This record gives sequence, structure tokens and C-alpha cells, in this order.
Amino acid sequence: MSLLHLAVLSPLLLAILIPFLHKYFKNIHTGWFLLPLPAVLFAYFLQFISTTSHGGTVMETVAWISSLGINFTLKVDGLGLLFALLITGIGALVVLYSIYYLNPDKEKLNTFYVYLLLFMGAMLGVVLSDNLIVLYTFWELTSFSSFLLIGYWNHRERSRYGAQKSMLITVFGGLSMLGGILMLYIITGTFSISETIQMSNEVVNHPLFTATLILFLLGAFTKSAQFPFHIWLPDAMEAPTPVSAYLHSATMVKAGIYLVARMTPVFAHSGTWVWLVAGVGVLTLFWGSFSAVKQTDLKAILAFSTVSQLGMIMSLLGAGAAALHYGTIEDGYYIVAVTAAVFHLINHATFKGSLFMVTGIIDHETGTRDIRKLGGLMNFMPITFTLAIIGTFSMAGIPPFNGFLSKEMFFTGMLRVAEMDFFNMDTWGILFPIIAWSASVFTFLYSMMYVFKTFTGKYQPEKLEKKPHEAPIGMLISPVILASLVIIFGIFPNVLSHNIISPAMGSILPSLLENGEGFDVHISHWHGPTAELFMTIGVIAFGLLLYKFMPKWAGIYSKLPSRMSFNRFYDRGLELLELTSKNITKSYMTGFIRTYLVYIFSFFILALASTLIFKNAFQLDLSDVAPIRFFEVVLVLIMAVSAITILFAKSRLTSIILLGAVGYTVALFFVLFRAPDLALTQLVIETVSVALFLLAFYHLPQIRRNEERIRFRATNALISIAVGAIVTMIALSAHSNKTFGSISEYYVENTYKKAGGENMVNVILVDFRGFDTMFEIAVLGIAALGIFAMIKLRLTRGRELDENK
Amino acid sequence: MKTNDIILQTVTKFTLFVIILFSIHLFFAGHYYPGGGFIGGLMTSGAIVLLLLAFDIKTVKMILPVDYLKVVAVGLLFAIGTGAGALFFDKPFLTHAYTYAYLPLLGKTSLHTAVLFDTGVFLVVIGVTMTIIQTIGESE
Repeated sequence: MSLLHLAVLSPLLLAILIPFLHKYFKNIHTGWFLLPLPAVLFAYFLQFISTTSHGGTVMETVAWISSLGINFTLKVDGLGLLFALLITGIGALVVLYSIYYLNPDKEKLNTFYVYLLLFMGAMLGVVLSDNLIVLYTFWELTSFSSFLLIGYWNHRERSRYGAQKSMLITVFGGLSMLGGILMLYIITGTFSISETIQMSNEVVNHPLFTATLILFLLGAFTKSAQFPFHIWLPDAMEAPTPVSAYLHSATMVKAGIYLVARMTPVFAHSGTWVWLVAGVGVLTLFWGSFSAVKQTDLKAILAFSTVSQLGMIMSLLGAGAAALHYGTIEDGYYIVAVTAAVFHLINHATFKGSLFMVTGIIDHETGTRDIRKLGGLMNFMPITFTLAIIGTFSMAGIPPFNGFLSKEMFFTGMLRVAEMDFFNMDTWGILFPIIAWSASVFTFLYSMMYVFKTFTGKYQPEKLEKKPHEAPIGMLISPVILASLVIIFGIFPNVLSHNIISPAMGSILPSLLENGEGFDVHISHWHGPTAELFMTIGVIAFGLLLYKFMPKWAGIYSKLPSRMSFNRFYDRGLELLELTSKNITKSYMTGFIRTYLVYIFSFFILALASTLIFKNAFQLDLSDVAPIRFFEVVLVLIMAVSAITILFAKSRLTSIILLGAVGYTVALFFVLFRAPDLALTQLVIETVSVALFLLAFYHLPQIRRNEERIRFRATNALISIAVGAIVTMIALSAHSNKTFGSISEYYVENTYKKAGGENMVNVILVDFRGFDTMFEIAVLGIAALGIFAMIKLRLTRGRELDENK
Repeated sequence: MKTNDIILQTVTKFTLFVIILFSIHLFFAGHYYPGGGFIGGLMTSGAIVLLLLAFDIKTVKMILPVDYLKVVAVGLLFAIGTGAGALFFDKPFLTHAYTYAYLPLLGKTSLHTAVLFDTGVFLVVIGVTMTIIQTIGESE
């Protein structure tokens, strides 16, 4: 157990202690106990920069299930470290924010912080694991803890709905990913990611490749809320705002991004990957930003904005993977997309985190998040306003904030996709920059809506629950830090490039690097009057126009039929699924034993008849049959007549007596076939059972006692005839296929010699095979006890027998 | 209506012993001739059923104050005990032993642990049959 393992597991360990701390230190906000952990972890992970910035990695292994190749291996490389820093850094800020956000008297803080710690530990595990199974374990733990956090206010119906939805969708993806992992294991024979990357050639040429790729992408797309799985994210906004800020903007939704980035070296040599990742990403980008504009809830705007921005990062990763097509760093025309992806990943975490916190402040101080009720808050909350300006302008891609830089690089990346002349990109590739540009216009639009509809315009005090005022200083610290980072990264982007971005790129595109080499990343504000710059100017100009004339064209949103929405599809789908399965179950689980017997016998007939036919098993060999004697014929006739008469008897009494006749005839058969013990027993037992039948007959209820014949049903007749025919056929075949002689010779020889008896039947029963007899009498004892219990221990009348009550 | 069952009751008093003797014969003859614990037990309970038919349940309970569920338990103990006994002699479960001995009055007699096992069967069958008949008979 190394220090690194301890670091990853420390949140989970602290989670055990939290309830005790909460219980014994009532007057201290539980969050304070938590706060040091992410901060210390952040500092701890900062140390690794010196290693990773030179392309080095740290790897630690603890054996877990070594026999299956599953070891708890942690690997710190550029990509893992970037995510670990995001998780711990923003984690610390979010914890600090939540201390002021959550009221210790009203909320159950112990559960909240336990869930949050679970999540933090799980997320660290996801990004640092080098073993796919361990990664999957932590992956599901993030889904699980996210489920708990979304449903934190579990008394609200919407929270439960959102939690369930996110659970269903992300677990669906998680399980797909598990399928992908297992397929990858079949291909490579290892669960280690590092080793898998070395074998990427074999993976690409394997017949399972496409299936594996799609399963992995399903996992990544559901987790990162990509189109059309994005629908869970807006509903996850029912979680407390610190959770939304942490999970649903900065960390968990980036797990899918992480997975795509991590698996890029394995899968990205194929056109399928580039097309799927870039295509889905750009579609998500557009759909997210388009949908964000029509939202009226601040958190919903941010949710769709997150969807859109994640799509942007995803499309950049897809486009950047095209660089692998060339395989050398010199031809690194497409690498800029990966740089943009990593850079925007950081930028998005900073500005989206701060914007969520700003939203939380507005909610906290005014009591609403509805932009139709808000307005003119600028004068009341100047600091929050400033923070919102920084965040939204960065999101919209306006200089000098960091969003501007990543957006410029994004345009560059997309323009270069259009120029690709491989993977069939030359046909549809031109769509990428066009969609990207129009999506950016909508991004600009909702960013402006967010800040100006909230903070400027008319102040409507009558619609607000509280009198707005500036937030307490503690709540402002975290967003201020994040906003400062937005500005710092905006003005000095290259502080990141060597230490963070370059090593992360090294992990995404390792095959492009020679030993010890690193990507030379340089981000500059001004690269001359390029196409990208004009595109940005166009975005701002067109966005302003759209914003100005919003009421005129906003009608198109209501034109889109609600039938087409994916939420409706999900809801209806779920409903239909439940309804259909209920109907299917209802259709065959009728509750009538008759029906089930029909199923059982039909299956019996089908299985045996098809075996007889397809295996050609039916044989008839009459060479060693005994001669038929006169008495046998008579007895068979008696038995057949009585058995058939039972079917047509009107009175039940007749049936019982006929059944007795059959039984006594069987006893006669035993006499005829020289089985005196059986004949004796059969006689007595038949007498007893007929007596019991008569007893049951005598106690039939009076109302339904009308005597009638068995009604004829064609199915029943058919099935019973078929069963009879099949059993006869099997008996005949079995008789014709006697392979071995009987073992009865042994008994005949040894009954007296070894067991000291002369009645062979009895000697077999008590001596040779006494074990059977012992349990048969046990069965009899149980039957007696059962009858005794059923009759003596009857429930008193009037007591409810319904199991559901 | 109370009928006078004097003939039935008198005949029962005589027949009962015949049936019981027959059942005991069946039981002991089992190892050499048709019969054994099962049919012997059924015959004995048949005799008791005859008693039940001739008299009523209360009277029979007075004549034979037996809890038949306990008879089942004792029978099972006999069967399992015989089987387990073999374990003490370092033999597999349910290994029987037998010998021939000269007893006063009976002469050459075979002694066989299988008889003990059959006694178990005999008792269980009596217990089970009587429990079933008596429970059903007593129920309302």
C-alpha cells in the first residue's frame, strides 16, 4: 500500500468517520472536517507535476485479485494528474462553498458529506486506475454516489425522478462499458490500460473491434451526457447547487471525456472512432446550446450549457484523434484539436464551477432561479454580478478570458476537420465548422441571457421571496478563486501549457512521441487576421442581433413538437416498457393451474417429441417380448374400460369407485406378475386412498355440488393424447434399446448368502437399499405431520390471508 | 340416532386379535416370506381402524392411550439408530449384522438387525396411518 493508494482511498476512509464527527461535534459545521482533505490531496498531487512534465509516470500496484489479472494499479501520468488536480482542487472549493450554502440546522449534513466523499474517492479512482476492472468499479461508484447526491432532498418527487433517470442512463452506459472491457480482455488478454495501449494494432484489426469501440463509447457518452443521452443532466439539477457545481459541471460528467481521452491511443487509429466521437460531440454541442436558450431556470441553462460544452470537448478529442493517422509529430496539423480539448477542459471546469456557485448565491439570496422573476440585481449584488460577467463572457468566448482562447482553438480544430482528406471526411467534413459556428452563436446568446436577464433590467421585488443582498463572504471565496483563475488562464495561458497541457496530451497521443519528447504547446492571443478571428467576430455580431430580436424569433421553440423531445421518448419508453412487461406477464401468468399444466405438458411433449424425431430415437424391437396370456388381456380390458369410463362419468362417486377398480386391477396384475409384497401393499393402500377420496367427496360444499360431466376441451384432449402417445413411444423405444443386462442376478445370488434372508424384495428394501426406505418412511412422517398441522392449526376465521397486507 | 352395534362390537372383539396376530406374522415373516414392516404396520392399523369403526374415537383413545405422532418419531429413531449403530463397529452406515442362535422354546432362530430397522418402518407406518385417520376423524 503506497502513499498514492492511501491518497485515492482517503476520501472513502474519511467517509467512515464523518457520521461520528457529525454526531460528537454538533456545533461545528461538518464541512470543516472535510475541507482539509481535498486541499491536502491537491497539494500532494501538485508534487507529481515535476515528474509528469518530463513525460514520466508514477505507477504503484497493490495485488487485489491477481489470479484474474485484476490488480489495484494506480498510474499518474499527464492526463490522470490533470483530472486529479481538477477533482481535488474544485473539490476543496466546493466543500468550502457548501459550508456556507448548507444550513446545518435544516440539512442532514452527515449523509451529504459522506456521499460527497464517496464521490470524490470514486472519481480519483476512475482517473488514476490503470486496471480496467478497477476503473469500472470506481466508475459505478461515481454513478452510485451521484445518484445519492441528486436524490439528496429525497422528499421531493423531482429529485427522486432525476436521481432515477441519471441512474438508469449512466448504469446502462456503465454496463455497456463493462461489456467493452471484457471484449477488450478477450482481444488483448490483459486488463491493464498501459499494456492494452501497446497492443492497439491487434485491437484495431480484431473482428470484435467495432463492437468493443461502440460499447466503450456508450459508456463514455452516457456519463458525459452526450446526445441523445444528455437528458439526465438537466434533471440532475435537482441536486443541491454545490453538487451540481462539482459533479455535473466539473468532474463526473468529465469522466466520459476522460475515458475517451484515455482510450484514444487504443481505438483512434480507425475512422469509426473519429467519426463517432467528433460527430456525436458536435451534434451535442449544437443541441445543447440550442436547447439552453429556451430555458428559464438558471440551473437548467447551465445544465444544457454543460451538455453543449462537453460536446465541444468531445468533438475536439475526436478531431484530434485524426492526428494519429499520420503517426508523427511533425505532421501535427490536427494536434491543435487535442490541445484545445485539454485546455477547454480546464477552462470549462473553472468558469462553469464559478457560474454554478453564482447561481447558488442568487438562489440563496432571492429564493428563486427563474429568470422571468429576476432582474436588476446588479445594484444589490455587485460582486456576484462581476463573477457572473467573468464566467459568462468566458463561456461565450469573449477576450480576454480563457474561453476566448479555447474557442479560437476549437474553430481551428473544426476548420481542419473540414480539410481532412481521409476517413471519408472530405464529403461531410465541411459540416463540422458550420455546426460549430452556429452552436457558438447560441452559446453566446444564452451566456448573455444568463447575465443580463438576471442582473440588469427591471427589479421586481414583488416576485422575490426574500430581499436580495450580497452573499456572505464565505460563499464568495470559492467563485472568486475560480473567476480569478478564469482571468489568469485567460491572460497568461502558457502557465499551464508546459506543466499541465503538454503532459496530458502526451497521454492522449503517446504514439506520436519519441522517448523523452514532449508536445510543444504555445497558446497565443493574437495569431493575425485568420478565419477563426472573423468567425468569433461573426459569432458576437450575430449573437447580439439574435439577442436584440429575441421576442421575434423565439417562437420557433414552441413550433418544435414536444413529441420529438428525448425526455418524452425516455418517459414514454419507460412507461411502455413497464406496461408491456406487465401485459406480457399478465398474458401468460393467468393464475389458473390448468394453464400452467398446459405449459408444462406442452413443453414436455415438444422437448421429448423433437428429441425422438430429430435424434431418430424411436425404435421398435419386439424380439424379446413375453407371450401375452389370457388373464393379462382380460385385466387390461377391465382397466382400460374403467379408466376411460372415469372420463365420461357424470357422478364423482362413480369416478372414485372406478378409480378403486383400476387400483385393485393393478393389485391383481401384481399377483399375476408374481409380486406378492406389492400386491398386498397395493390392496391396502388402494383401500385407504379410496376411503380418503370418499371422505373428500362427502365434504364437498353443497353449493357447487351439481353433478356434471367433464367438459370437453379440444386442447386438453389433444395434449393428453399426445402425452400418452409420447410416453408409450418412449417406453417402447427404451424397451427396444436395452443395452445392459439386469443387475438382479446379484441379488438373486446374494440374498441369502450375504443378507441372511429369503424374501428378496424385503431384503432389498431393508438391507441392500435400506437408505431409500429410511427416507421413504421420513416422507411418510412428514406427510402425517403435514396433515396434522393443516387440520389442527387452521387460522381463525376472519383473519386476513392476503399476503399483501 | 344411536344404533345398537352389539354384533359389530362383538365380532370386532374376536376379529381384532386375529388381524393383529396376522399382522405380527406378516411383520416377522418378512425376511423369508412375503410381508415385512410396511404391510405389517398397515394391517395393525387396519385392526385399530376396525376398533374405531366399532366404537368411537374416545373409547379407542382410552383403550390405546398412544400419541401416534410420537410413534412416528420412535419408528424413525429405530430406523436411523439401526443405521447409525453400524458406525460404532467401523462399518458403513446401515450395514446389517445377523447370526443364528439356539433359543429356548424357539429353537434355531435367526437374529438380524434388519428386524430392528423393519420395526422402525412398522412403527412409522402405524403412526402415520393412525395420525391421518384420527386427525381427519376428529376434525369438524
